[in-house]
Amino acid sequence: MGLMSSYRLRLQRRRLIARALLRRGELTSVVNRLGQLPRHPVLVFTTLRNERVRLPYFLQYYRGLGVDHFLMVDNGSDDGSRDYLAEQPDVSLWDANASYGKSRYGMDWIMYLLRQYGEGNWCLTVDVDEFLVYPFCETRPLRALTDWLDASNIRTFSAMLLDMYPKGNGGEQLYLEGQNPFEIAEWFDAGNYTISPNPSHSNLWIQGGPRARTFFPGNPKAAPALNKIPLVKWRRPYAYVSSTHMMLPRGLNLTYDQSGGEKASGCLLHAKFLNTLAEKAAEESQRREHYRKGHEYAAYHRGLSDEPDFWCRWSERYTNWKQLETLGLISKGNWA
Amino acid sequence: MTLGIVMLCHTALDRAAQVARHWAVAGCPVVLHVDAKVPAAEFGQLQTALADLTKIRFSRRFACEWGTWSLVEASQIAATAMLSEFPEVRHVYLTSGSCLPLRPVAELRAYLDSHPRTDFIESVMAGDVGWTVGGLDLERFTLRFPFSWRRQRKLFDAYVTVQRKLGIRRRIPAGITPHLGSQWWCLTRQSLSAVLESPDRAKYDDYFKRVWIPDESYFQTLIRLVSAKLESRSLTLAKFDVQGRPHIFYDDHRQLLRRSECFVARKIWPHAEGLYDSFLAQTPPRDVQPDPNPTGIDRLFSAAKDRRLAGRTGLYMQSRFPHASHGGDTCAAPYSVLAGFSALFENFADWLSRTSATKVHGHLFAPDRVEFAGNETVYAGGLSDNARHRDYNPRSFLTSLIWNTRGEHQSFQFAPADAQPIASFIAQDPNARVSLISGAFLVPLFQSNRNFGEIRAEAARLQKIEGEFLSLLRGPKTRARVRIWTLAEFIESPMAALQSLVSDIAPRSEMRVTEVPKLVDLQGFDQFLQNLRNQGMQLTLLGDLSAESGNAPRDQQPNRPYVVR
Repeated sequence: MGLMSSYRLRLQRRRLIARALLRRGELTSVVNRLGQLPRHPVLVFTTLRNERVRLPYFLQYYRGLGVDHFLMVDNGSDDGSRDYLAEQPDVSLWDANASYGKSRYGMDWIMYLLRQYGEGNWCLTVDVDEFLVYPFCETRPLRALTDWLDASNIRTFSAMLLDMYPKGNGGEQLYLEGQNPFEIAEWFDAGNYTISPNPSHSNLWIQGGPRARTFFPGNPKAAPALNKIPLVKWRRPYAYVSSTHMMLPRGLNLTYDQSGGEKASGCLLHAKFLNTLAEKAAEESQRREHYRKGHEYAAYHRGLSDEPDFWCRWSERYTNWKQLETLGLISKGNWA
Repeated sequence: MTLGIVMLCHTALDRAAQVARHWAVAGCPVVLHVDAKVPAAEFGQLQTALADLTKIRFSRRFACEWGTWSLVEASQIAATAMLSEFPEVRHVYLTSGSCLPLRPVAELRAYLDSHPRTDFIESVMAGDVGWTVGGLDLERFTLRFPFSWRRQRKLFDAYVTVQRKLGIRRRIPAGITPHLGSQWWCLTRQSLSAVLESPDRAKYDDYFKRVWIPDESYFQTLIRLVSAKLESRSLTLAKFDVQGRPHIFYDDHRQLLRRSECFVARKIWPHAEGLYDSFLAQTPPRDVQPDPNPTGIDRLFSAAKDRRLAGRTGLYMQSRFPHASHGGDTCAAPYSVLAGFSALFENFADWLSRTSATKVHGHLFAPDRVEFAGNETVYAGGLSDNARHRDYNPRSFLTSLIWNTRGEHQSFQFAPADAQPIASFIAQDPNARVSLISGAFLVPLFQSNRNFGEIRAEAARLQKIEGEFLSLLRGPKTRARVRIWTLAEFIESPMAALQSLVSDIAPRSEMRVTEVPKLVDLQGFDQFLQNLRNQGMQLTLLGDLSAESGNAPRDQQPNRPYVVR
């Protein structure tokens, strides 16, 4: 990698940070409870809009993993999400009533909060429908993982997005508030992922899964990226480049081993395909604010109304992290 | 007999206090050394927490840094305090603040009672040890290390290199032989005091101050001069990972730790509530005295080491993506690539699948769609039969298929008409078994109902592609197992070739090929070839296919399956 490209990446990083700082004015603090935190807390950062039904389980899940605090940005919910979050004792909440698309799909806001409150802490950036699974997560809290990462001098932890889906039409099974979404969306694709290295940023592009298989038959290249680096020991100079898919400086993207060994990694179980979606896809398709101007959502909208069933006889039913490790989707690395 | 415990603490002082209390309540005097970097307030809390116990002392505090003399100094001071303050102590056990006793203290005491004169300290001749990280063993004793390995790694490495190049060496003091070992020991009063009160101590201390990681060598070396009876092993279970950092124990290790029958384990995660609760509960000693036997834990950690260093062959995923030179050029298991067979035999895939009892696909790389076995549209792992998906990343497609179906041998047909970008991967994959009948691609053309001009053009195109594949297979980078027949050779004796194919795919089966596939009708093939030649095409890959042998293989009548006895 030459000097020029290093310089370009540095400029890109600076620009991303500058954007985040410029857009801090779009954030209004609703409630800030960050004063009462323990030293070196584990923090969750989330942007959302109209996710009221999903919030209780989301918070419950991450509280169960031992997350100390949630920093959440509400992008104009009108379904009660905002009031619900404002009442939670471990949530700090910001309003952002500007355009989601123009803020890099919320990343500018999140990056500002990461800069402001994340420095030196382990920060997990996830959406409300993303649930982190990592080796030993049933017996070891998130703090055990971050302590081990610290001890091993590891700064970033990758967790690829694993799309979970129900058997049969997602619309048939009603998702109830507080329910574990994976009681309904309990299936996933185990081994149809494509991996290509991205030399400019040293990360891996991962695509595939049920969405690629079903929504993008003619154009696999357009299928969504599934590689994610959601857990980072944050430092001021860091930047997320494209959602949480990759970071700068690019050394942070080296979450994979290149000499044959396995590094530790996890999965973000993606509870996108639930009955709440049909409504939401219609709404987002209207708003056209999501990635690629709602292109993906439009595809879902069409897909969900035409042939909404991802399930096939090769679908795998989720049981636990050990299953994901056996299937080769995650690894314990040298954590034992 | 009294056992004295020395504890070196620097973090998680609440846990250290809990463990110190456990030892003290069981009648063991405890001397704690607390790192001078710990803030006074925290140290004060620790003192208060243990204030009710009479057998607890705090030794003079040093600021300790990993790999440096400060750790030895702390141990010396604390051990000296132990010996002078508690004259009844016969064995002194050096532990850390993150150690946890796994067995009732009475059992440890009984064990030491049965070995009253024995020093338990791992002490291995430097140079014989295989576990040092960074490759420094004997050089720890002969080079100088003024720079911090953790904070000034580049300087550290550079200075080592310079000394090696210039051949600069320190002299090892006369009379000692460098030994290395775990820093957690349990020594008798006699041996320990002999080391600490040695008339040469100043000389040795001066020397070891500049040895790298002296806490793994000071006592381990000097004990050899004084010990009456030495067992070269540590009573503390402490395992190190590939980076040389201690493995950490969590609640889910409880059963393994219990079964290890070790006396003390390090290092425990401070928040492992379950471990502290269960192992610090006062349990009465048992009558049986099993010896420590940490095989379960050894197995666990060596598996972790393998996983981190070697990983699972043929797996490509978010945290394993090896370079070609490090195993990035292979699938998870052997698979067979069959070129030309399905052109020569009717329903070849079905036949081979039946005969070998394995999975045989059609043309996985056919231009229009993936021909999975059983004509499935989605296959193992959720692979789609969509050709665009496959061609978007053919390598991921093939490695995924072989990974998803590991345990079941996969074969597929491959022809020059198929998508070729995968060819170079197949050629260099040591797990690929390529069987190729060169020139067989002409047979489907012969059978096709197309204009001869088109056939002629297509034949030339396919011949070029097959020629390229062949030179790839014969090239220097090829690691696949390759068998090539010309069409002529194959037709000469197809049975032998088929038999070798089947035994290759299902090596353990004693199966002999009893049913053979039906050869396509080659009546007129020789004329077809001649027509191609007459149109100016040079047929390079067929081999020596004479007009007679072109339609009647010697050991087989066409169109009629037969039985080999």
